[in-house]
Amino acid sequence: MTFTRRDILKSFLGLPLALAACRSNVSEISFDGEIVGANANLGHILREQRVFEVPENNWENIGVAIIGGGAAGLTAAWKFRKQGFDDFLLLELENRIGGTSASGSSNGFSYPWGAHYLPIPFKENAELISLLREMDLTEGFDESGEIVIKEQFRIREPEERIFYKGRWYDGLYLHTGETPEDVRQLAEFQKQLDLWVDWRDAKGRRAFVLPVANCSDDPAVTALDKISFGDWLREKGLTSERLLWYCDYACRDDYGLKLETTSAWAGLFYFCSRVPKSGVESQSFMTFPEGNGKFINYLAGTASDKIRKGQIAVEIIPTETGVDVICFNSETKEIRGIHARKAIFAAPVFTANYLIRDFKQNPPAHIREFEHNAWFVANLFLKDRPKSQFSRDFPLAWDNVLYESPSLGYVVSTHQTGIDYGGSVFTYYYPMTEKDGRAKLLSLDWKELSDICLTDLSRAHPNIRELTTRIDIMRWGHAMISPRTNFLWSGVREKAREPFRNIHFAHSDLSGIALFEEAFFHGLRAANEIFQRL
Amino acid sequence: MINRTPLLFLNVIIIATCGLIYELLAATVSSYVLGDSITQFSLVIGIYLSAMGVGSWLSGFLDKDLAKRFVEIEIAVAIFGGFSAPLLFLTFASVSYFSIILYAVVFVIGALVGLEIPLLIRILKDELDFKKLIARVLALDYVGALLASLMFPIFLVPKLGLTRTSLVFGLLNAGVGLWGTWLLEDLIKKRDVNILRIKGAVVVVLLLIGFIKADALTSLAEDSLFVDNIIYTKTSPYQRIVVTKGKTGYALFLNGNLQFNSFDEYRYHEALVHPAMLAAGGSPKRILVLGGGDGLAVREILKYPSVETVTLVDLDPEMTALAQKFPPLAQLTNNSLADPRVSVTNADAFVWLDSSDAQPFDAAIVDFPDPNNFALGKLYTTRFYNLLKQKLAPGAAVVIQCTSPLIARNSYWSIIKTLEASGFNVKPYQTTVPSFGIWGYALAKLEPFEIPKQVPKNIDLKFLNDETIASMFEFSSDTTFPTDHEIEINRLDNQALVRYYEAEWRRFE
Repeated sequence: MTFTRRDILKSFLGLPLALAACRSNVSEISFDGEIVGANANLGHILREQRVFEVPENNWENIGVAIIGGGAAGLTAAWKFRKQGFDDFLLLELENRIGGTSASGSSNGFSYPWGAHYLPIPFKENAELISLLREMDLTEGFDESGEIVIKEQFRIREPEERIFYKGRWYDGLYLHTGETPEDVRQLAEFQKQLDLWVDWRDAKGRRAFVLPVANCSDDPAVTALDKISFGDWLREKGLTSERLLWYCDYACRDDYGLKLETTSAWAGLFYFCSRVPKSGVESQSFMTFPEGNGKFINYLAGTASDKIRKGQIAVEIIPTETGVDVICFNSETKEIRGIHARKAIFAAPVFTANYLIRDFKQNPPAHIREFEHNAWFVANLFLKDRPKSQFSRDFPLAWDNVLYESPSLGYVVSTHQTGIDYGGSVFTYYYPMTEKDGRAKLLSLDWKELSDICLTDLSRAHPNIRELTTRIDIMRWGHAMISPRTNFLWSGVREKAREPFRNIHFAHSDLSGIALFEEAFFHGLRAANEIFQRL
Repeated sequence: MINRTPLLFLNVIIIATCGLIYELLAATVSSYVLGDSITQFSLVIGIYLSAMGVGSWLSGFLDKDLAKRFVEIEIAVAIFGGFSAPLLFLTFASVSYFSIILYAVVFVIGALVGLEIPLLIRILKDELDFKKLIARVLALDYVGALLASLMFPIFLVPKLGLTRTSLVFGLLNAGVGLWGTWLLEDLIKKRDVNILRIKGAVVVVLLLIGFIKADALTSLAEDSLFVDNIIYTKTSPYQRIVVTKGKTGYALFLNGNLQFNSFDEYRYHEALVHPAMLAAGGSPKRILVLGGGDGLAVREILKYPSVETVTLVDLDPEMTALAQKFPPLAQLTNNSLADPRVSVTNADAFVWLDSSDAQPFDAAIVDFPDPNNFALGKLYTTRFYNLLKQKLAPGAAVVIQCTSPLIARNSYWSIIKTLEASGFNVKPYQTTVPSFGIWGYALAKLEPFEIPKQVPKNIDLKFLNDETIASMFEFSSDTTFPTDHEIEINRLDNQALVRYYEAEWRRFE
């Protein structure tokens, strides 16, 4: 079955925009670009259950093999180096490291391919703060002992703006045109959040804090995981359309899920975990032109001699004395074997069933509970920035969100540099929130995805096609773990992080929330587990 | 056939009016863009009248098809006269031989206008006796001139602007030409009539297009926005540059905000530059100017013989080019940007400070437009001042223009606090610039320092003296630091200043 342009645009952006776009007949594409990275074919080699025979003389011995070069795996490598432990290797199947924190650069611009900011951690997150200090991103502590991030790395104002019915407004919550009832409900929502921000369990733990491992497991909190965020809002009598939109946006932005599929625990985690106490603003962000690629590149730089890219671990075989890892070089097609004493499995959890021999033969049920959603991210190279349509429009911000769009809008890679004129790179995010999102996404080619992105942005920027000189697109088949209802506190996370023989697990999946802080936490945890056992 | 003589006399009035309008337009445009209005008016009138003489003399060589010739001349006047003002505005900033173009245009129009009346008289001579003819034609010719000279300053320039006036009178001329093809139809060969009408119609269409496109030069809305006449506009990728000329002098506007008026800019620029030069020890060598693309601050800096290099960093190449190529501005700056000691870099000062490997400077003059948007707001942040610190030699002084402490009191003191938070010792000061009002500055050094007490000797100053320099550091009660509320420090991540500024200046919109 083939789809027309209208079918595709309708399915991604809704019928009215699809009709308008098809009427104006501007589907001709005069610019260049490609689908980059996240090679689905590579990943699918794993599923073919091919048998890979390692030649006799192609084995090497190593202390620890880290499988996966995303934030968790790189954190483990960084920790090893920091502790003076050198006997390790990191295998990454892609030709670029970073996983969903990857970044790119060209023509003097750096831009993210996925994660692109980090809230400033609380002082309790000492390990993460030590990384930030090591990276020279900080300038001391404030009077209450909280870390102070250098001004140039704190998100520059204006942070966000929202496009609604032809105009841009300040902020992410749409204030314009709100009724007294909307105002009341927003205040009520804030009151509910404040209750949870100040809530402590018998042990003095917060309900919501980063990393997730430090959150209270009191049933009063974990019960929130059994209902959707949408249900929770309705339970509190919150039905304001713009408030629901705001919460839905939060779910799509942080989890790639809709309000009705996100667990209420996860929804509240988003709003509460970065607020020090009630009445205080949420922690400010730090961001970089390359997004969280900043952390990735730094971490990788501390262990660059240990990183092997384009190395697909095709089978992981626990043995009596350690772990054997069989690697397939995606370029040379060479098959190598590694006898490791320990392994850190720092790849998405669901892949364990395709890689670990015992799991292949006898898949543990809990692993199937780890579901991911798909995204596509487009980097638009612009020769100039779109002009404001109206002089009262709020100006270009870091994060630019379209109220009427199912996408997440775009972030501006030059925002933090202070380069406020001329060319830029806009990074556009579209989460596939439906069940069959992945198949739908992978069925579309570069041209079709570019068209979706440009048609969507043309709502706010009618001349976006003329300004665009290139679009590169990343299709993330498995972008983020989905914290849907009855997942986070069902016990599967605990099972999945238990070491299996000599294999230790490290990934943000194990927190059930796809955040850098979580990947960092699990990378450190796995590295420390290994230190204790070596 | 109707008696066409009265109608032809109406034509005389129109022709005469148009003729004088073109003359006035050329003289006005040239006095605006070249300055020195006495010379310009005198030269333009002289050239125009003598060209009319040449035209009248040339009319003696035309023997046949007088009516056809007359219509053709009308159409030609319509083109040259109608497009004269837009042509002059478009060319003066981009060519160095502007005055040649100007005088050539004046001459061509003059010559064509000079042809009109003699030809018309000869056409009419068969219909009226010579005595009456001469009396009426000349009388009406002078009436037309009076009409033009009254309409031009009272109605045309203030309401239509120069460009539109020029195009409207071009249309009138073309109208007379077209009308002539009917009035004088019996005197023109049949096949020529249609050709003339097509030519006339084409010119009318061209002038109408020009009239519509005139909005691209200056919109009617913009014309009414400014009290004085707009004589230059340019939309660069960064801003809209407008220069106006009025009774008090030239004024420069960026995005509609006044940057200076030539009649009192010396007050602003003397107050900006000299305290910093003094605080830097009185004989600084290396000077950094951030913003200030109009070149006026540089003019003051170059008064110091100690100055060896001036590095000017301004975002907009259109602005720095204007300061050099636009004669009134070049004159006002003493051609400061062309001085061999001055090097001009077009870059965003924020990005430049972060990436430049320039050696430290002895004094820095920071003269940005007011912080009315986020892109400008970043140039007043702790981050910016910390970057600037790294470019200062020991003992260096910095001055910053800080908007009005009267109108934007919170904004002013927010800048002062931001400088202090960045590690500077700051001496706030203010002065009165009539076109701006009470204006604020900040003098700052990394080391503790004393307020400069005496103006430099041997430096030519129009405004500053020992008494004024001392008084500038005093603040009246309505401009002092507000004590009834907190004033925020301006940082990249709060842009507090832009919000203060918006709130404070919006009251006056």
